Amino acid sequence: MRIPCPYCGNRDSSEFSYRSDAAPVRPAADAPVAAFHDYVYLRDNPAGPISEHWYHAAGCRAWLVVTRDTRTHEISAAAIAQEFVR
Amino acid sequence: MSRLAKGGLIDRGRPLGFTFDGRAYQGFEGDTLASALVANDVRLVGRSFKYHRRRGLLTAGGEEPNGIVTIGAGAYAEPNTRATTAWLHEGMEAVSQNRWPSLALDVLSVNQLFAPIFVAGFYYKTFMWPKSFWEKLYEPAIRRAAGLGALSGRPDPDSYDRMHGFCDLLVIGGGPAGLAAALVAGRAGLRVILANEDARFGGRLLSERQRIDGQSGPEWAGAVEEELRALPNVTLLARTLVFGVYDGCEYGAVERLADQPVAGGAKPRQRLWKIEARQAVLTAGAIERPLVFAGNDRPGVMMASAISTYVNRFAAAPGRRAAIFTTTDSGWQAAADLVAAGVDLAAVIDPRPDLPAGAETLMRAGVDCLGGAMVRETHGRNLKAITVVRADGRTRRIEVDLLGVSGGWNPSIGIASNLGARPVWSDALATFLIDRAPPGLRAAGAAAGRFGLADALRDGADAGIAAVTALGRTTPTPPVWRSTEEDTGAAPLWHVPGGKAKAFVDFQHDVTDADIGLAAREGFVSVEHLKRYTTLGMATDQGKTSQVNGHALLAAATGKSIAQAGTIMARPPYLPVAIGALAGHHREADYRPVRLTAAHDWAVARGATFVDAGLWRRPRWFARPGEHDWSETVRREAVAVRSGVGVCDVSTLGKIEVHGPDAGLLLDRLYINTMSTLPLGKARYGVMLREDGIVLDDGTVTRFGPERFYLTTTTANAAKVMQHIDFARQVIWPELDVQAASVSEQWSTYAVAGPRSRDVLRTVFSDLSLDDSALPFMGAHEFRWQGKAARIFRVSFSGERAYEVAVPALLGKALMEALFEAGLPYGIVPYGTEAQTLMRIEKGHAAGPELNGQTSAADLGLGRMMSKKKDFIGRALSERPGMADPDRPTLVGLKPVRSTDRLPAGAHLMPEFGTPRAADDQGWISSSTFSPSLGHWIAIAFVRNGPTRIGERLRLYDPLRGAEGLVEICSPVFVDPEGSRVRG
Repeated sequence: MRIPCPYCGNRDSSEFSYRSDAAPVRPAADAPVAAFHDYVYLRDNPAGPISEHWYHAAGCRAWLVVTRDTRTHEISAAAIAQEFVR
Repeated sequence: MSRLAKGGLIDRGRPLGFTFDGRAYQGFEGDTLASALVANDVRLVGRSFKYHRRRGLLTAGGEEPNGIVTIGAGAYAEPNTRATTAWLHEGMEAVSQNRWPSLALDVLSVNQLFAPIFVAGFYYKTFMWPKSFWEKLYEPAIRRAAGLGALSGRPDPDSYDRMHGFCDLLVIGGGPAGLAAALVAGRAGLRVILANEDARFGGRLLSERQRIDGQSGPEWAGAVEEELRALPNVTLLARTLVFGVYDGCEYGAVERLADQPVAGGAKPRQRLWKIEARQAVLTAGAIERPLVFAGNDRPGVMMASAISTYVNRFAAAPGRRAAIFTTTDSGWQAAADLVAAGVDLAAVIDPRPDLPAGAETLMRAGVDCLGGAMVRETHGRNLKAITVVRADGRTRRIEVDLLGVSGGWNPSIGIASNLGARPVWSDALATFLIDRAPPGLRAAGAAAGRFGLADALRDGADAGIAAVTALGRTTPTPPVWRSTEEDTGAAPLWHVPGGKAKAFVDFQHDVTDADIGLAAREGFVSVEHLKRYTTLGMATDQGKTSQVNGHALLAAATGKSIAQAGTIMARPPYLPVAIGALAGHHREADYRPVRLTAAHDWAVARGATFVDAGLWRRPRWFARPGEHDWSETVRREAVAVRSGVGVCDVSTLGKIEVHGPDAGLLLDRLYINTMSTLPLGKARYGVMLREDGIVLDDGTVTRFGPERFYLTTTTANAAKVMQHIDFARQVIWPELDVQAASVSEQWSTYAVAGPRSRDVLRTVFSDLSLDDSALPFMGAHEFRWQGKAARIFRVSFSGERAYEVAVPALLGKALMEALFEAGLPYGIVPYGTEAQTLMRIEKGHAAGPELNGQTSAADLGLGRMMSKKKDFIGRALSERPGMADPDRPTLVGLKPVRSTDRLPAGAHLMPEFGTPRAADDQGWISSSTFSPSLGHWIAIAFVRNGPTRIGERLRLYDPLRGAEGLVEICSPVFVDPEGSRVRG
């Protein structure tokens, strides 16, 4: 599998570390504990495209938001997480 | 000898000697082991898996179920190798498998007499009870009886290579369609990789007598190969099997570089390829289907196409008098090949009433051509005769020692279903085809059901054109090749009834027509259940010759159409791949990279014993002559540090620079304590949590400038913490103006510890002010040493006055040497990780065994460090009731009540009185050591409500190692609890 890193180009997936679903957003500091619980533990499990965080550990060290289809593992997009507009 | 006088693609000028089961034979360059055995009249090549039936070669290709042998001797022995694809070499030693004591006399062939009990599901039904018998009796006995070839049990002496390939078009299979596709795409300038399992390109053209543009098949293939070799954009990989399709247009392939052992593994035996192909075309051809009739497994029964291969390509006749039993027009071609080669052909038996055009010529040559007829039975240990039943029911016995069978063709689409596409049945072609291929892959030629040569060439060229067009290049003009016209008619015949002997479907796993009927009667009516119940298709050949026949029989037995019954999907690898090829260079010393510190050689010269710490190799201790065991050495090192001075290489700790206007703010959010208030030139201990409140790592933070911080991490977590920081600054708080960079490799760091440490440093760094007022405990300086940047930190893990000095890695060894030399008057010792551990346990410092992914900051006794004034990662979830429960096991110290007792790490702690029960578990020991300072064993442990139970006694519980005794809970700081020594 290859991941199109916006900095480094199309690179082998073994250079990247997977984290998880990119959708959950860390709650504000004053949010209730329940909100943090959901942020840490609750994940959707879609059959289809999903945005995920991947880290180009053996490359530019950028966190990416990668769009992958869970049914086919087809990767349709990868963006720099820092620039990613949620 | 059955070697034909002329013809064949063998080099008669290069004879090769080889042995099979210890007997010497001769073949030629260009032979496979199988063809050489055919040429030497060896009919019996193996024994079947379950019944130990005598078996001969069935095929001439990778799908071979019977001719499975061990090649090579000693550590080079390669078991379960197909004789049909093993290229003969001088001195080859091949041994048959699955027989005892010899191939001709196999004691276990008595299994056949018990055949009624060896039915499908036999193992499930029989070896059920009693349970203990399974492991001790049944399984070992079955394994001995049914095992295939055995590994040598010795390290593989060969070496294996690995390559990444990139191309616009990967062509899988170098037959006519594959050569056509590669040629079109190669001429158009595409980067093409053509992978061919065979050593020679041409596929079926090498086995048949077709002509293309006036050339023979091998001549045409040779000319195309030559043109492809001249194209710089085309890579030809002969002897290369593409064994799987993976996500994202990735293909796995294995290239067989050397058949013979390579002395000392100097050159690789095989090479694993990972090929990134923008597009791929599967031109792997088709596999001929056997026919299911009584006695169809007798040595002498062979696929019709295999007969053509042996006769045409290898000039070896597999029999003296032959018959062909075919439901396809291609079977008649094999008949013609036999006649052309001068082999006596007695009859051609075809269940179809109307004989194809070729029949007339054969009849004129005196061959009995029987339409509407079937072979009902075979006779002889090796084949001697067949019984043919005519349309009117009359039977006739024909004496033959070779029977060619052809039941149709199955496209080789195995890898196309790797990603989950189920093949679909075509009534028109009576075979399964790819319906929905993985993205970027298409089948062409016989693999797509285009069985005629002209059709296959055209289809291959079309695939090449499609690949060119898909890349937006100008569509090339399709080449036109004029080839022999041929008939490709076929009428499937799934089963011949009426025979007495067993009719085999899966030759390698001994699955018969009766087994499939039984499975259906017992309710195993899906192809997936059939497979698991009968083991159909689960042998090393993965059912290449048996799967479709088995599924057709199941469909018939359950009253379904074949399309309804369906077929299974294939997983990679398509053919067995050696584990060594997958491992490549990653074995033994090269299993993973090794990281050495700058002063590694220095430590080696000092007699260090090393330990792996992640990828690093760290000195564990420095034994001196006369020391009897490591504990003696480690105690000596620790005592030397506490009473004088020692030096320890701590370069493996993770080091991270965090810079920027928001650096302090980011660190406040990463650590449980506040870092933004850290004064310049000061270091502070800090703890990081995961967002779920569990401790991630600990280390120190030093501030060298208003916007310049330097972090250390544990050796093991350096990469993980770097990733965590990058996630925090890039994803959670991208608005912060802060950068982070790993500098673990850039700095070499040495801990100089002990009451005389400052004296040593004063000698080495004479310009540096080391007064306690200038460099107090937890102070830090930047300075220069030998003209380069250097840093000194007054931090201590040992509890003694200690400093860590960091210099650029290039100066690391020089600094170690300088420190050691300066320390000699003070009795300096180098110390390793064990002495470091001993001293940190004496001080109650948490390390790896305590930061085990289950402990919170409060568990480590660091709850009060958690700031209430700011948010930080892990804060919210640390407040959950379960995390804040005071009854959680919390870090304390332990000392033995009887001073001679040893305290083993990992031991559990129970109440002092009563029978130990898991429900009463009070905690466990995480780290322990003998303390030279106290003269007895000490431990740090996690005990429920521990800090409130100082002075209480607990019972040590360690049934695994048999340790027992009483311990007393105490403070985890055993040495210098006031901390006066560390401050000087």
